[in-house]
Amino acid sequence: MSYQPSATLDAETHDAISVDRSKGDFTFPERNKLDAGRGLTDKTVDYICNVKNDPPWLREFRHKALKVFLEKPMPTHWASKDLENINFDEIRYYLSDGEKPKRSWDDVPDDIKRTFDRLGIPQQERAFLAGVEAQYDSEAAYSNVKDELTKQGVIFVNSTEGLHQHEEVFRPWFGKVIPTSDNKFSALNSAVFSGGSFIYIPKGVKLKQPLQAYFRINSENFGQFERTLIIADEGAELMYMEGCTAPKFETATLHSAVVELVALKGAKIQYVTVQNWSSNVFNLVTKRGLAMEDAEVRWIDCNIGSRLTIKYPGVIMKGRRARGEVISIALANTGQHQDTGAKMIHAADETTSNIVSKSISVGKGRATYRGQVHIPKHLKGCKNNTECDALLINTNSRTDTYPAITVKGNRHSTQHEASVSQVSEDMLFYLMQRGLNQGQAMSLAVNGFINDLVREFPMEYSVELKRLIDLEMEGSVG
Amino acid sequence: MSLHIHDLRATLEDGTEILKGVTLDIPKGEVHAIMGPNGSGKSTLSKVIAGHEGYLVTGGSVTLDGQDIFSMSIDERSRAGIFLAFQYPSEVPGVSNANFIRAALQARLPQGEELDAVAYYHRLYAKMDLLEIDRKFTARSVNEGFSGGEKKRNEVLQLMMLEPLYGILDETDSGLDIDALKIVAKGVNAMRAPHRGFLLITHYQRLLDYIKPDYVHVMAEGRIVRSGGPELAHELEKDGYEFLKDLAPA
Repeated sequence: MSYQPSATLDAETHDAISVDRSKGDFTFPERNKLDAGRGLTDKTVDYICNVKNDPPWLREFRHKALKVFLEKPMPTHWASKDLENINFDEIRYYLSDGEKPKRSWDDVPDDIKRTFDRLGIPQQERAFLAGVEAQYDSEAAYSNVKDELTKQGVIFVNSTEGLHQHEEVFRPWFGKVIPTSDNKFSALNSAVFSGGSFIYIPKGVKLKQPLQAYFRINSENFGQFERTLIIADEGAELMYMEGCTAPKFETATLHSAVVELVALKGAKIQYVTVQNWSSNVFNLVTKRGLAMEDAEVRWIDCNIGSRLTIKYPGVIMKGRRARGEVISIALANTGQHQDTGAKMIHAADETTSNIVSKSISVGKGRATYRGQVHIPKHLKGCKNNTECDALLINTNSRTDTYPAITVKGNRHSTQHEASVSQVSEDMLFYLMQRGLNQGQAMSLAVNGFINDLVREFPMEYSVELKRLIDLEMEGSVG
Repeated sequence: MSLHIHDLRATLEDGTEILKGVTLDIPKGEVHAIMGPNGSGKSTLSKVIAGHEGYLVTGGSVTLDGQDIFSMSIDERSRAGIFLAFQYPSEVPGVSNANFIRAALQARLPQGEELDAVAYYHRLYAKMDLLEIDRKFTARSVNEGFSGGEKKRNEVLQLMMLEPLYGILDETDSGLDIDALKIVAKGVNAMRAPHRGFLLITHYQRLLDYIKPDYVHVMAEGRIVRSGGPELAHELEKDGYEFLKDLAPA
C-alpha cells in the first residue's frame, strides 16, 4: 500500500493507541504469598498438590501428566519454530495470593479490586451477568454465583472447588474430552493446572444470562494454566463468555489452558472467547467439546492478542444428530502469529458441523488456518461446511490455509470455500474521499469483512471487538 | 473565494502526461461543466483534485479558498469541502450505507463530539425520500449488488448529506436511464446554493438539460480548448467533437 499518513494523523494515531492500551497495561505490586519457584520438576508438582490439598488421585494424575509432557517433543515439525523460544526452566508454574476465593465484592483486597475496576467487572455484573468468576493469578479472587442460579442447582465455582466439593460430577468427566496425552501442552496443563471454572447445569435448566469469567496475568514469567470443565446435563443450555487482557511484560509469558465441554443429550453450550493477551504471550490452548445425541456445541472465538496463539477448538459429535460449530476471527499484527482453526470429529450418523473462519493479517502479521474434519466410512448422513476467508492489509502480511477434510464413504455432504482478499487501493481512496482518515478507512473495511461473524458475539463483546479492531488498524498505518 | 485550478499538469506513474496545463476558476454559486471526448483527461482532473495517488502532479496548483490542496491528504481535502461523486463507486462489503455515511459525518466533528443519531436519521430519510431511495437501503452494504442507477443515486445522497463546498460529479450521468437521471439532477439542483460550486464532468449534453450549467468548457488532450455559456453544449451535441481536430496544436 502506498498511502502515507500525514503528520497530524500520526499524532492522532499515537494518542489513540496510548490512551487505550493503558487499559490492559497496568499492574500492581506482586503480593504472592505462595510461589512454586522457577522451572518444572516432580517437586514443583508436589508443591502444587500440597498447597492445593489435592486428593491422592489427582496427585497421581499430575505426576503422570508431567511424565507425558517431558516425553512429548515440541510439535515444531508442523507448528511454528517460535515455540522453541519458550524457556520452560524460567517459568514459574504456580503462585497464588494464598487466599480463598471471595464471595462478596467487599471482601476482595483493594489492589485486586482496582484491577477489576479498571476492567469494569462490577458494572458488567450489575448490567447483565448472572455470575462472575474472575481469575487473578492462579486463584479466583472473586467468585459469585447469584442466588437464583444456586436455587436452580447450577454449580459455578473454580476448578479446585469443583474437584473438592463436587467430585462425583467433576471426576467422571475430568480429562475425558481432552486426555492428558492429547498434545504436549494439554499434558503440561494437566500437570500444573490451577484456576479455571467448573460449571454444571442441571437437566433442563436453560440459562438466559451468559456466565462470564475474566482471566488476567499479573506476574512476570508466570504461566497461567487454567482448567475449565463445563457440563450441561440433558436439555440444559448455557453461554459462557471468556475475555482476556493482560499487562505487558518484557519476557515471554506462557498461557496454556485446557477447556472441556460436555453437552449431554439435547443440551446446548456456547463458549465465547475474546483473546487479547499482550503481544509477548504464548497462548497454547486446547479446547474441545463433546456433543451427545441432539446436543450442540458452539465455539465463538476471537483472537486479537498474543505473540503466538495455537488453538483449534474442536467438537466430537458422538450422538446422533449432534451439531458442532466453530466461528473464528483472528487478527495478526506485526510480531504476531495466529495459528487457529477447528477440529470436527463426526462419530455418529446425521451429525452436522460448520466452520466459519475469517482472519486479518496486518503489517508482518501471520494468520494460519488449520482445519480438520473427520467423517469415517461407517457413518451416514453427515454434513460439514467449511468457509475460510483471509484479508491481507499490507503486502508483507501472510496467510496460510491448511484444510484437512477426511471424508470416507459416499453418504455425506461436505462443502469447502476459501478466499484471500486485500483492502483495495480503490476502496481506500473511496472511503478517504468521504473524509475518513486512513486508519478509520481501514478499520471500517476490516469491520465490514468480519461483520457477519461479529454479529454472533454477544452485544457487549461486539462493541469491544469493534473498538479493538479500530485500535489495531489505526496503529497499522502509523 | 473559489476553487482555482492553475496550469495544472499531471502524469501517470509511468510518466505519461495526462493533464497538460489546465486552468479553470470556479467561483462559489456557479456550475461549470467540462465536456470532451474519451481520454481527454476529464476524469483525471477530478481524481487529481481529490488526491488519487495513481497520478503525479508535475506542475501548477489547485487552491480551495486560497489554500493549497496539494499539501492536504485525501481525507483532509474531503473534510475541507471537496466531494467527488465517483463514476465507479467502490463496494464496501459488510458496511451498511447508514453506518458509512454516519462515519463520514462523524469524521467531520471535533474530537469527543458524538453525532446525534436521531437527528442524523431524520435528515438521512428526508434526503432519501427526495432521491426516491427505499428505506431498506440503509441496512444494505455500501454499493454491494447495487444497480448502476442505485450507485449514482447513492453518490448524490452522500453529496447531500456531507454538504461540501464543491461537488465534482464524474460522469454521474453515464449508464443512467432518463428517470434515474432526473432524480439525480433533482438532488444536485437542490444542493445548488450561493456558497457552493459544482464541476460536472460529462461526455453527453443530456445531463445539462437537467442541471443547467453557468459555463461549459471543452477539454481535449489534457487542456481546456474552449469555454463558453450553456449554448456551447448544444453546439457540441449538434456538431460533435469534430472541431477539435482544427484546434489541436501540432
